[in-house]
Amino acid sequence: MHDLTSRQDEQTLLRFSTAGSVDDGKSTLVGRLLYDSKNLFDDHVDAIERASKKTGDGSFSLALVTDGLRAEREQGITIDVAYRYFSTPRRRFILADTPGHEQYTRNMATGASTADVAVILVDAEKGVVVQTKRHSFISSLLGVPRILVAVNKMDLVGYSEEVFDRIRKEYLDFATRLAVRDIRFVPVSALKGDNVVERSGEMTWYHGETVLEYLENVYIASDRNQVDFRFPIQLVIRKDGTYRGYAGQISSGSIRVGEEVLVLPSMRRSTIRSIEQYPGGALAQASAPQSVVLTLSDEIDISRGDMIVRVNNVPHIQSHCEAMMVWMNEAGMDPQKQYLVLHTARSCKARIETLRYRVDVNTLSREEAKPLQLNEIGRVALTFSKPLFLDSYQRNRNTGNFILIDPDSYQTVAAGIVLDALPEELVLSKPQPGNLHHERSTVPLVAREARNGHKACTVWCTGLPSSGKSTIARELERKLFEAGLQVYHLDGDNLRMGLNTDLGFSSKDRSENLRRAAHVARLLNDAGVSVVCAFVSPYAKDREAAREIIGRDRFVEVHVATPLSVCEERDPHGLYRKARAGEVKDFTGVSAPYEDPVQPHIKVSTSQHTAEECVVLVITELERLGFAKSATRS
Amino acid sequence: MIAHMHAAGTHGPNQLTHLDILEAESIFIIREVAAQFEHPVILYSVGKDSSVLLRLAEKAFYPGKVPFPLIHVDTGYKFPEMYEFRDRYTKELGLKLIVHRNEEAIKQGANPYDLGTQRCCGLLKTQALLQALAANQVDAAIGGARRDEERSRAKERVFSFRNKFGEWDPKNQRPELWSIYNGRIHQGESIRVFPLSNWTELDVWHYIKRENIPIVPLYYAQERRVIERGEYLIPVDVAGAMAKGQATTVLCRFRSLGCHHCTGAIRSSAKTIDDIIEEMTVVRTSERANRVIDHDSDGSMETKKREGYF
Repeated sequence: MHDLTSRQDEQTLLRFSTAGSVDDGKSTLVGRLLYDSKNLFDDHVDAIERASKKTGDGSFSLALVTDGLRAEREQGITIDVAYRYFSTPRRRFILADTPGHEQYTRNMATGASTADVAVILVDAEKGVVVQTKRHSFISSLLGVPRILVAVNKMDLVGYSEEVFDRIRKEYLDFATRLAVRDIRFVPVSALKGDNVVERSGEMTWYHGETVLEYLENVYIASDRNQVDFRFPIQLVIRKDGTYRGYAGQISSGSIRVGEEVLVLPSMRRSTIRSIEQYPGGALAQASAPQSVVLTLSDEIDISRGDMIVRVNNVPHIQSHCEAMMVWMNEAGMDPQKQYLVLHTARSCKARIETLRYRVDVNTLSREEAKPLQLNEIGRVALTFSKPLFLDSYQRNRNTGNFILIDPDSYQTVAAGIVLDALPEELVLSKPQPGNLHHERSTVPLVAREARNGHKACTVWCTGLPSSGKSTIARELERKLFEAGLQVYHLDGDNLRMGLNTDLGFSSKDRSENLRRAAHVARLLNDAGVSVVCAFVSPYAKDREAAREIIGRDRFVEVHVATPLSVCEERDPHGLYRKARAGEVKDFTGVSAPYEDPVQPHIKVSTSQHTAEECVVLVITELERLGFAKSATRS
Repeated sequence: MIAHMHAAGTHGPNQLTHLDILEAESIFIIREVAAQFEHPVILYSVGKDSSVLLRLAEKAFYPGKVPFPLIHVDTGYKFPEMYEFRDRYTKELGLKLIVHRNEEAIKQGANPYDLGTQRCCGLLKTQALLQALAANQVDAAIGGARRDEERSRAKERVFSFRNKFGEWDPKNQRPELWSIYNGRIHQGESIRVFPLSNWTELDVWHYIKRENIPIVPLYYAQERRVIERGEYLIPVDVAGAMAKGQATTVLCRFRSLGCHHCTGAIRSSAKTIDDIIEEMTVVRTSERANRVIDHDSDGSMETKKREGYF
C-alpha cells in the first residue's frame, strides 16, 4: 500500500466506456471490477447491502454499485451516463458507464466521446445481437481507438471454449465494417468473478489477460495527435495595460518558444515569445493537453475563438463541412432552422444544407435522408456563418468535433463529427467527361497558403459596363500585392486576346468566356494565388457557375452597384451611346438585362465613394473573411 | 496531407501524469466560465476542495487576476478555525469574498437539534445559497464538488443546468461530449460548474501536497475533546456546541468539513499531508461517512440536489 503514495506521480489516466443492454450484466461487470479491485468503500458496500435487501432477492447485488439515481434504482435500469473513478497502482481509471437500451444512443455517444477503450458486453447465451452492433458502431463513430469485447455469462454455457470462439468469429465478421482495428476478446463471468480481476479457474483454455489486466496494460500514449499543433484561444489575459497573454488548452501537438506561428483567421505570422504557467514558471515547450498561456512577439489583434497553429501545418478554414451527426434532442432536426454551432472556442450560426443519408444503427445500412430524430445518426452538409478551423475527426478528435445548440431552448441538440471532405469535392463529385481523373498535387494547398501567409480567394467584381469594376480591380490588386499577398488581376480583355480568341459576344459565348475565366481563377487559387477579376457577368446563373467552379468558400462576390445613369454619363468608350443608337446589340443595361446579385459579400458604388474608398471597403470584407492580413489598409 | 511532415514533433511525447491532465482540464473549465458568463462566482466552502479550486483559479488566469468573487454561504455553525482560515487566506490571495447568511432563519435559531438535519440544511444552506445567487445575479456558480463523493453526483454534468428555481433535473440534462461546454442560458436560469468533477479524494490530497496548498488545520490530527456517538466523534470545544454526553479526549482529525453540529471527526494520528495520504490509501470508508446529514435516508443527497443544494 505504501507504493500508492510514492507512485502516484507515475500513474497514467485511462478513460473507458461500458455499454451493454439491461440484461447482459454490464452493471454486474462494473460492480465486480470495483469490488474485486478493492475500490469500494465499506460504507458503500453497506449501503448496497441495504438496498439489495429492499429491491432484489436479498442477495448482494453488484449491479447496485453503479446505479446512482433513485428513479433507476426503482426501475432497476441505468438511465444516464454515470462516471466512476478507481485506481490500481499503475493507473487511474475514469469509467463512463452508459445504458444499453435503444432510446439512449445519445448517452452512449457521450460516454464514447472521450474513451480510450470501449468495453462491450456480449451475453454468451445470446451471442452477437443487434445491440452489440449498435454499441460497436457508435464507439467506432466516436473514434474510440480500441474495443474490448467481454463475452459474459460464460458460467451459463459451461465455460465452453467453442461458444467463445463462435462469438468471437461472429463479431469479427461484423467488425470489418467498423473503423476500429484493435479488438480483443475476454471470456468472463461477472457474477462469479471469472477473468474480470482474478483469473478464472474454470477456463484454463484461455491464456489472455483479464479485463482489469488489459485495462491496466493497454498502451494509449500514442493515441493523441502529437503532430498538428492546434491552440484554440479561450481567453485573452490582460495585465498592466500592454500585456496580452493567450490562454487555452493545447488540443494537439506541441510548441516551443521561438517557433514561428500563424494566427487564424487573421493569417498574421508571429513567433512564440513565452509559454507561461503559474507561478511564474516559464516553459520552454508545451504539448497537448496542457493548459497554458502563450505570448507572441508581435502585437496582433487576437480574441476568443481564434486559433494559433504552425505556419506549415494549418487546419481547413471552411465555412461549410461534411459531418456525421448524432441527434440528441426530443425536438428533431429542422432543416429550416438556424442552429448555433460550438467548435473549439468558436461559435456562430449553422444551417443544415443537405441531408445525405441516415444510418440504421441496427443494420449499419444507409437509408434515405429524412430529418434526423432523437437518437438517429446521419450524414449532413452544413454551412456556417463564419469560417471554422476544422480537422477531420479521424485525424484529430479535439478539433474535428462540434455540437449544435437550439437557438430558442439553448439545449444541446446534436453532436457532430467532421469528415475529411475537401471543398473541391463539391465540384469534382459531378460527373467528369470520359476517363479523365483529377490529379491531386503532392504539395497541398494549405502548404502553399502557409508559405504565402494567406488563404487564396477570387474576388469577382460584377456590375454594369463603366461602373468602375476594372478600376477597383486594378487598385485592389496593387494594394493587396503591396501588403504581401500573392495576387493577380485576371483581365477579361487579356483573356479574350489569347485563351478566348475563338469566342464572340453571343450569350452562349459570354457564358463560355466566364466559365473559362472561372477555371483559370480556380487554377490560380489552387496554386495559392489570389485573383481579382472584373466581369460584367450580368446573369446570376453564370456567376453561380463560376462560384461552383472556383469553390464556394473562396469566391468573394463584389457588386459594383454604380447606378446606370452614372455609368451612362461616364461612358469612356462611347459604348452606351452606340447601344442607344442601336449600333451595339444586347448591351447590358440598355438592351440586355443585368440581374443584381441577391447576396453579394459586399456592395460598393463609385457614385458614392472614390475607387480608393471602395477598395478599402473590399479589403475590410476580405479581412473579415480571413483572406487578407489585417492592417492591409495602412 | 504532407504538411505535418515538416512539423512532426521532434520533442517526443511528453508523458503527463494523471494529476497534470486533471489540472489542465480543470483550468480549461474555469476559463470557459470566465469566457461564457456575465456574473460568475466561486462558491467557497473553506474546505480542502475549495482550497484546490482557488489554486486552480489562480492558475487559470495567471499572470492576470481571478476575475470573479467568492461567495461563502455561511450557516453560522462553522468551526472557528474555518472562519479564521477563510478570512486570512482569501485576503492573502487578494480575492473578493462575499459572505451570505440566511439571517432570517439564523435569527429564529435554526439548528439541527430542533429542526432535524434536513430542514436545518434546507434553510441555512440551500435557501441561503439560492438567496446569495439571486442577490448577486449569479449566472454561473463554480463549486468544488466531485463525482466520486456521492452516487447522485456521479451523473452530474460539469456544466450543470439549473432552472429559474435553482432546481436540477437529473433526467433531463444537457448531453456533454468531448470538452465542449454549453453555457447558454435564458434570463434567470443558471449553470453550476464543477471543475473537480473527475478528481477523487486521493487526487485532491496528492495535489495539495504537490502544490503546497494551505488548508484548514482541522484536517490534521490532534487531541480534541469529543463526545462519542457510535462511529461519530462530535467535537464539544466549539462555542454553541449542543451535543450532550460524556466528553473524552481523542487523537482525531476531520476528513471533510461542514457545520460543527453535523461533522464528526475520525480517529487518526495523521499529522502531516504524507500521513493523510498514507491513511487515505488504506481507508475503507468513504469521505462523507462522517457527515450526519447524508444518511438521514438513502438518496437524501439526490433529494437535496434536486431542490438546489450544492
